[in-house]
Amino acid sequence: MEMINIALPKGRLGESVYAMFKAVGYACPAIEEENRKLVFENPAAGVRYFWVKPSDVPIYVQRGAADVGVAGKDILLEHGPDVYELADLGVGRCRMCVAAKADFQDDGARTLRVATKFSRIARGYYASLSRDIDVIPLNGSIELAPLLGLSDVIVDIVETGRTLAENGLEVKAEILPVSARLIANKVSYKFKNQAIRQMALRMAENKQQGGAL
Amino acid sequence: MSKFEEYDLYVRNRSFLASDHILTFTDLDGKLMALKPDVTLSILKNGRDGPGLQKVYYNENVYRTSPTASGCREIPQAGLECIGALDAYAEGEVLLLAAKSLEVISGEYLLDLSHLGFVAGLLEQMNADEEARRQLLRAMSEKNAPALAQLAAQRGLPAQGAEALCELALLYARPLEAMDRLRGMVQNRRMEKALEELEALCDLLESQGLAEGLRLDFSIVNDMNYYSGVIFRGFVPGLASGVLAGGRYDHMLHRMGRAGGAVGFAVYLDELERLAPPARPGVDTLVLYDDTVSPRTLAALTGGITARGGTVRAEREVPADLTYRQLRDLRKGGA
Repeated sequence: MEMINIALPKGRLGESVYAMFKAVGYACPAIEEENRKLVFENPAAGVRYFWVKPSDVPIYVQRGAADVGVAGKDILLEHGPDVYELADLGVGRCRMCVAAKADFQDDGARTLRVATKFSRIARGYYASLSRDIDVIPLNGSIELAPLLGLSDVIVDIVETGRTLAENGLEVKAEILPVSARLIANKVSYKFKNQAIRQMALRMAENKQQGGAL
Repeated sequence: MSKFEEYDLYVRNRSFLASDHILTFTDLDGKLMALKPDVTLSILKNGRDGPGLQKVYYNENVYRTSPTASGCREIPQAGLECIGALDAYAEGEVLLLAAKSLEVISGEYLLDLSHLGFVAGLLEQMNADEEARRQLLRAMSEKNAPALAQLAAQRGLPAQGAEALCELALLYARPLEAMDRLRGMVQNRRMEKALEELEALCDLLESQGLAEGLRLDFSIVNDMNYYSGVIFRGFVPGLASGVLAGGRYDHMLHRMGRAGGAVGFAVYLDELERLAPPARPGVDTLVLYDDTVSPRTLAALTGGITARGGTVRAEREVPADLTYRQLRDLRKGGA
């Protein structure tokens, strides 16, 4: 049987997504063991998994190193990879939001300073509002930026809003809802059509039945 | 063919090009010129309407910028165009040549076929406005069925059309298997006509024994301002992006003020270098010599090797980094 290469995002999301794959017949016992391997195979189920940094998943898939992968909609919009988006897995739900200090009000007169990991999404959102902004690209601890006066607002994903609340920040606008998507390399989808379609179908059905997770 | 073209040509037809970035420079008379990012536009510009078809092929370099390579790239491209009063054979011939080109590149190729008329006909029936169309086509190119359904619901588009659009986006099948389903989707004359054209083309390819690698895939979408009818893409295993792209671009031709139809395709030769096996050893035979060997003897030996089709290099010492299969050491005391 032909193997399907699957790129999983490292971390909590990846683990719950693996559980979904397992629930629909793509288990891989090797991945559940504690070890330092990078690639895990189960020839019987026809799958080969590997963990990569979440923001790298679209790169592995677009370039064909992985046939399919799982990435958040936030990462897909930020990188804009040329891939097929086959299913919304309904996990890793959160919102892409604009947040600022509770007392901040945008008077619209000055260039808005926006700190974010998602420059492209932030630019696109403010361009749609015809608002001039100055993007400050950061890689982590985005919430710190408005507290220290580095930026006026932040554009970031918000899950529960606790980090924001504990730091005196609040959501000012919601840009879009985010959830994990099953993506596929366009050429792999053609040459391994049967196997990948079946995988996408099973994953979508499992979600509808409110299956594992 | 000249490598240069007036920049103006590309400004007027910007979205026909694969990339936005064009390499420009100023000519001696102050005119803004460009290194050709595309060959098709030049062919259209320089051709003249006349009796018969204009059938041309090209093997040229095009110039584009690449975010991943360092700056500018020179990309070899081979392709052909057929322009004029196209008929079913002329269009079919181009498609046959595309299939045969792929066959030469790899025995296991896939040639994906779509018809813009079919998709446009469906969108027309759904009464989708410009913005909705843009978003629907984008979701279609991602085979993103959930997004298609959501978009249609948001914009209050007819459910029957939305369902057909989802089915169309996900379709990936051999023509014979898909035809019945496609016939069931036909809602107007435009779709009917597109399907007839598609069927005739598939039939022609089949008659030439080229059906094995043929697939229908309506998620291929090109700019409808330029492309008009059948469009196609070629893929081979082992390459993560397409190696061949083409289609019918009557609208582009008409924008250039010419009449008739146009169809053509290009093969991206730069993608193919990945398919080639790793480089062979540097030379077949390395000949080492010193002053005891006469130039005549050496010439006879090296000439003999090249005459038998081998490659040879004569040196006094073994060069660093040179790989060779066979060593002939003619030096004094050599083996």
